[in-house]
Amino acid sequence: MKIGAPKETAPGEARVALTPESAGRLQKLGYDCLVEAGAGAAASITDAAYADAGVQVVESVAELWSQADVIIKVREPSVEEIEAAPDGKTLIGFIWPAANEDLLDRMKSKHMTVLAMDMVPRISRAQKMDALSSMANIAGYRAVVEAGNHFGRFFMGQMTAAGKVPPAKVLVVGAGVAGLAAIGTSVSLGAITMAFDVRPEVAEQIESMGAEFVYLDFEEASQDGAETGGYAAPSSPEFRAKQLEKFRELAPEVDIVITTALIPNRPAPELWTEDMVEAMKPGSVIIDLAAERGGNVTLSKADEKVVTDNGVTIIGYTDFPSRMATQSSNLYATNIRHMMDDLTPEKDGKPVIDMEDDVIRGALVTHEGEITWPPPQPKVKAIAAAAPKKKEPEESREEKAAREMAEMKKSLNRTGVMLGIGSLLILALGTVAPPSFMQHFIVFVLAVFVGFHVIWGVAHSLHTPLMAITNAISSIIIVGALLQIVSGSFLVMLLAAASVLMASVNIFGGFLVTRRMLAMFQRS
Amino acid sequence: MMNEGLINEGMIGAAYVVAAVLFILALGGLSNQEKAKRAIWYGIVGMALAVVATIAAASAAAGIGQYILIGLMVIAGGIGGWIIAKRVQMTQMPELVAGFHSLVGLAAVFIGINAHLEMTRALAAKAAGTVGELAGFAATIANKTPVEISILKVELFLGILIGAITFTGSIIAYGKLAGKLSSAALTLPGRHALNLFALLACLALGYLYLDGAGLWTMLLVAIIAGAIGCHLILAIGGADMPVVVSMLNSYSGWAAAAIGFTLGNDLLIVTGALVGSSGAILSYIMCKGMNRSFISVILGGWGGETASAAAVDGEMIEAQADAVAQAVQDADSIVIVPGYGMAVAQAQGAVSELTKKLRGQGKTVRFAIHPVAGRLPGHMNVLLAEAKVPYDIVLEMEEINDDFPSTDVVIIIGANDIVNPAAQDDPGSPIAGMPVLEVWKSRQVFVCKRGRGTGYSGIENPLFFKDNTRMFYGDAKASMDALLRELSG
Repeated sequence: MKIGAPKETAPGEARVALTPESAGRLQKLGYDCLVEAGAGAAASITDAAYADAGVQVVESVAELWSQADVIIKVREPSVEEIEAAPDGKTLIGFIWPAANEDLLDRMKSKHMTVLAMDMVPRISRAQKMDALSSMANIAGYRAVVEAGNHFGRFFMGQMTAAGKVPPAKVLVVGAGVAGLAAIGTSVSLGAITMAFDVRPEVAEQIESMGAEFVYLDFEEASQDGAETGGYAAPSSPEFRAKQLEKFRELAPEVDIVITTALIPNRPAPELWTEDMVEAMKPGSVIIDLAAERGGNVTLSKADEKVVTDNGVTIIGYTDFPSRMATQSSNLYATNIRHMMDDLTPEKDGKPVIDMEDDVIRGALVTHEGEITWPPPQPKVKAIAAAAPKKKEPEESREEKAAREMAEMKKSLNRTGVMLGIGSLLILALGTVAPPSFMQHFIVFVLAVFVGFHVIWGVAHSLHTPLMAITNAISSIIIVGALLQIVSGSFLVMLLAAASVLMASVNIFGGFLVTRRMLAMFQRS
Repeated sequence: MMNEGLINEGMIGAAYVVAAVLFILALGGLSNQEKAKRAIWYGIVGMALAVVATIAAASAAAGIGQYILIGLMVIAGGIGGWIIAKRVQMTQMPELVAGFHSLVGLAAVFIGINAHLEMTRALAAKAAGTVGELAGFAATIANKTPVEISILKVELFLGILIGAITFTGSIIAYGKLAGKLSSAALTLPGRHALNLFALLACLALGYLYLDGAGLWTMLLVAIIAGAIGCHLILAIGGADMPVVVSMLNSYSGWAAAAIGFTLGNDLLIVTGALVGSSGAILSYIMCKGMNRSFISVILGGWGGETASAAAVDGEMIEAQADAVAQAVQDADSIVIVPGYGMAVAQAQGAVSELTKKLRGQGKTVRFAIHPVAGRLPGHMNVLLAEAKVPYDIVLEMEEINDDFPSTDVVIIIGANDIVNPAAQDDPGSPIAGMPVLEVWKSRQVFVCKRGRGTGYSGIENPLFFKDNTRMFYGDAKASMDALLRELSG
């Protein structure tokens, strides 16, 4: 079958759903790839690069739609595109079914099979095709770069000959994929980075990236993020008040604010109010990544840059991924490729819609003339519910001392009993055994002790050489045979000679093979 | 009295003390890889010293014929050992070690029987008043009191008993490890009773021997003990072999120590005790690695056969080499968990290539070794070392278990039970409580496995059904080669 990527029609959209690299992978799955001429131009991918990867470059969009069986896109199709499309095609792209019900109807009537990349459920198996995450990652990175572009100072503090430069302070609100990407970028540029999220369980992730988690002094039965598929849920008014109070406190200090807070199927929560903007220093920058959904910042305007009277720049662009079209096309094309991977279990170039597969079922919005959105609850929970943290009751110093004392007593008791039994046994032996035997016996017991202490120190990785070398030295039994070989009896001599032979095999073989093994162990 | 040899008693004693110290140093040196390369020389020098001193001491009684005999035997044995050591493949290490043990066992039996023959001769000579004509070991015996003779008999009995069990047990272990015998556990009806009965028979014969019965009792003991050795090891399954080999290692040491008592030779006692305790510790470590008691391993079969494991639902998802290659390319930290399957498929060379390539790309690649991976303690380490994987990236279970959550990709090659999460999650599982590598905590797990079957223990592995696990079916070597091709192409 053929997969085709048309040029995006949405204004300003620079991404493309197929790259030469992903085309190579799709061809391995048994598909032929088509691309509309000039589709990759805005993402710096030439038609020649496509042709080199074996992609057929098609001149017109109409031709592409008629030739390809599967159409892959970035943005949802326009009404005109749907109307012009032949019946029964398969379409993959961002669809946003909740906002585009009219579009769903039209696609249904065209008997299209439509898979929405934005509906891929958030389960670990589907991470590789989670285009929302890969785009959010880019947006987070770009937000910091964009902020730096409008910010008049260094991110990293420096001591220069011309004086000291303080580091920039960055606050990231919302530590989802975009927020974490922004935190990572900001930390690596050297800024002092703080981050806030309503889900306390992400504190660990934030701190692991080198940022400081802004704690709220607030007691609430916090909702497990896993319940909502890893997304944030609306918070209580008390919590919100506490949160805003904290932001107000931080506003005069921070130089750059990046807000990424979104709640699924709701307008973005308003978190950065006018008075906070006023409290900020002139030259500060605010990036509102939620601008498309109403914005976290009261003063932000979607797709616009606003400079306030007190000199704070507020950026509400909504096309960050598209501003890095080469990167985002690459990742998006890879997400699509993974989706095709799952759709083509036989690798024979024929997509199979498996209604039992959670990922495919989740993404499927129209199929065989039916609207299949919204999908049923997936069988697998998005993210395993975090086990509630059990707090070990901290033991006081006295308790600890008492416990240690008891443990010591126990081990002392055990050793004492063992020693007692051992001594008694040896004593019993001593009463019957002659002194010549006891002498040897003492040597034996001491040797066993030395053996135990020495062997515990042997590295685990050297256990095989240890066995080989103990094997070699257990052939010390040859000494016994040597003592006997001088006997006058022929039979004794014969058996002793045989023992010498066997022990020699062991000595030479054992030592040699140990040496061979040890010589192999090399440090990197 | 005994004639003086080339060197006197005191000098022999000194030589033996030095040899014993050298042996201790040789074993202690194995605490790390660099020291170990030196330590082996201590062992070699110690052994040479002991042998030369013994020969020199015996020179009083030895004629030129005996020197030639000793020389011939040592040279023949040396050449044999040399050839074996040069030819053996590192994957054949377990059977080689087992084979060597059988030689020590048999030698112990022979020396024990010899000791009896010498004793009879010495006692006869004592009765006839011709003690002065005796030489070597016989002369020593002639000077013993009746109590000492009794103790000697007990030691002799123990030496022969342990030696014979070691001999046949090691041969069976060799057969199983070399694939010449089926590695499945043989379970005869009433096998415990059988073993017990055989052991009691040995003890009874030992009593008769003490009471003055002749050589026949000892020969019978050797035969019965041999049968016990066979039966005991036949009843133990393939994956319990690490314990068996360590146990036989231990026995060969105890046999040497028993013979040392018989001959009144402290060097034999010390060395035997060192080897014996070494094997005992290895067995203990292996048993702990499987969370089983030594007794249950030795008596064969799984402890909790009646317990039923929780059923696993979900699906195993397959991945092809290109998907694995992609994931590996994208990963920064990779952990490889090798198991017996790697040894069987001889995949260590390909694994090493892969490691080199990935490390060349600046990725962190490490190996996680479970204590009971493979068929011999430390088996995996030796195989990886042979394939030139640097030992400082080969880590033990305790060292690496905490790092799995921050690991991007784990590749499991031919291992199963040692990465089974049921050991932690499912109290009904037969391996519940066994320490395992927590690979499922990493971001992505690839399991390289021949087919869909369960491991040797027949236990279903829930790891294979986890969301972040992909099955990479095929022979380990072929799979690794395919992966390498993907990474280069």
